[in-house]
Amino acid sequence: MELPITAEKAKKLHIGDFVYLTGEMYVARDAAHKRLMELISEEKELPIDLKDATIYYMGPSPAREGRPIGSAGPTTASRMDKYAPTLLDLGEKAMIGKGKRTSEVLEAVVRNEAVYFAAIGGAGALLSKCITESQIIAYEDLGAEAIRKITVENFPVIVVADCHGGNLYETAPKEYRNL
Amino acid sequence: MIREIDTAEVTKNIKEMCISVNYQLSDDMKKVFHHAAQTEASPIGRKVLGQLEDNLTIAKEQMIPICQDTGMAVVFLEIGQDVHLTGGSLEDAVNEGVRQGYVEGFLRKSVVSDPIERFNTKDNTPAILHTRIVPGESIRIKVAPKGFGSENMSKVYMLKPADGIEGVKKAILSAVEDAGPNACPPMVVGVGIGGTFEKAALMAKEALTREVGTSAEKQWVKDLEAEMLQKINALGIGPAGLGGTTTALAVNVNTYPTHIAGLPIAVNICCHVNRHIQRVI
Repeated sequence: MELPITAEKAKKLHIGDFVYLTGEMYVARDAAHKRLMELISEEKELPIDLKDATIYYMGPSPAREGRPIGSAGPTTASRMDKYAPTLLDLGEKAMIGKGKRTSEVLEAVVRNEAVYFAAIGGAGALLSKCITESQIIAYEDLGAEAIRKITVENFPVIVVADCHGGNLYETAPKEYRNL
Repeated sequence: MIREIDTAEVTKNIKEMCISVNYQLSDDMKKVFHHAAQTEASPIGRKVLGQLEDNLTIAKEQMIPICQDTGMAVVFLEIGQDVHLTGGSLEDAVNEGVRQGYVEGFLRKSVVSDPIERFNTKDNTPAILHTRIVPGESIRIKVAPKGFGSENMSKVYMLKPADGIEGVKKAILSAVEDAGPNACPPMVVGVGIGGTFEKAALMAKEALTREVGTSAEKQWVKDLEAEMLQKINALGIGPAGLGGTTTALAVNVNTYPTHIAGLPIAVNICCHVNRHIQRVI
């Protein structure tokens, strides 16, 4: 699927779908989200364009010479739960991370026709190979937590929460529960 | 007989170990991984485990850290009481090894100088250092970088003696269930039972460094490890938390005497990138 993800594209996605993303996305973790929220509350301009934005929750290891990025797997998304509903209401359409979200985030996904994808946690080397370009665009002082714009090619993700109200983390384990 | 060891030797080894452990998983972990990839019941789970095995190959062959969270460096030193350390402070030598390893090894610097002020120290120091004085004239060094996706899901419970073994089982299961997909399953579960508040936590951490696939010596502990592994896998959380029969790869339990009034239990959860390496110098 080509990025950006729009509401049209998000509506076609359902939990359990394996999707391979190609195009540009932003990278930001909690420290960067906190700064974005401060700018929003002060009504100042943001260093990123939120309209139809995809944000990957990730903090890479340093790149070796000749490579765009180091190891680059997802971080735990729940640390962004406090900030995500506001960003979704302002135009963000897709989040990539790992782990459960609060009901506030899931409701914002439905309300804004957005999507939450999981990338496989701990597969940082494999995911690194799908990133062809990376550039720091804000908050360089945060080191691994700076905001980046990256270009990905066939970046593998799974739909874990969709705009139809589905939540794979709730439903999938039930099928295999055998206590 | 007193043996002299220069602390520079400690630095050199810790540097090499920090790098090696972040690029290559130990054979015990690879073995349980491979076994899980063949026995997992869920098709999505098998696909995830397949990706994780590919990830290990790419990490090793192309020198990309297995996971971008190269952890906070936890170092265990068992120092022989007949060792005389020369050449400067041992703690400084450990931190210097971590500094060199993380800077020269292209590993992520994930440590902040203060829990509230939060300035990145830019070299991943300080390490978390645990030392123990033991008989002998050598030093056993264990390095176990710990990622925080799983560390954040770890727990300490101060149970009552009346809660007994059933209370212990309930505590372990509830910690794992709460951790769910956040801890990057399939997990390795380290458990410490007994001692005091901090002793239980330290035992749980050190249990993660025990070779997976081995069992505790005491029969009841061995039985507990086997039963908990089976029960955790019956939770259905599965690889990456997307459902399946492989939620944990191992449950390692350490125990210690405790107080008449208490039953402390700590559950330290580790993701599938359970990095541990040891050397004796």
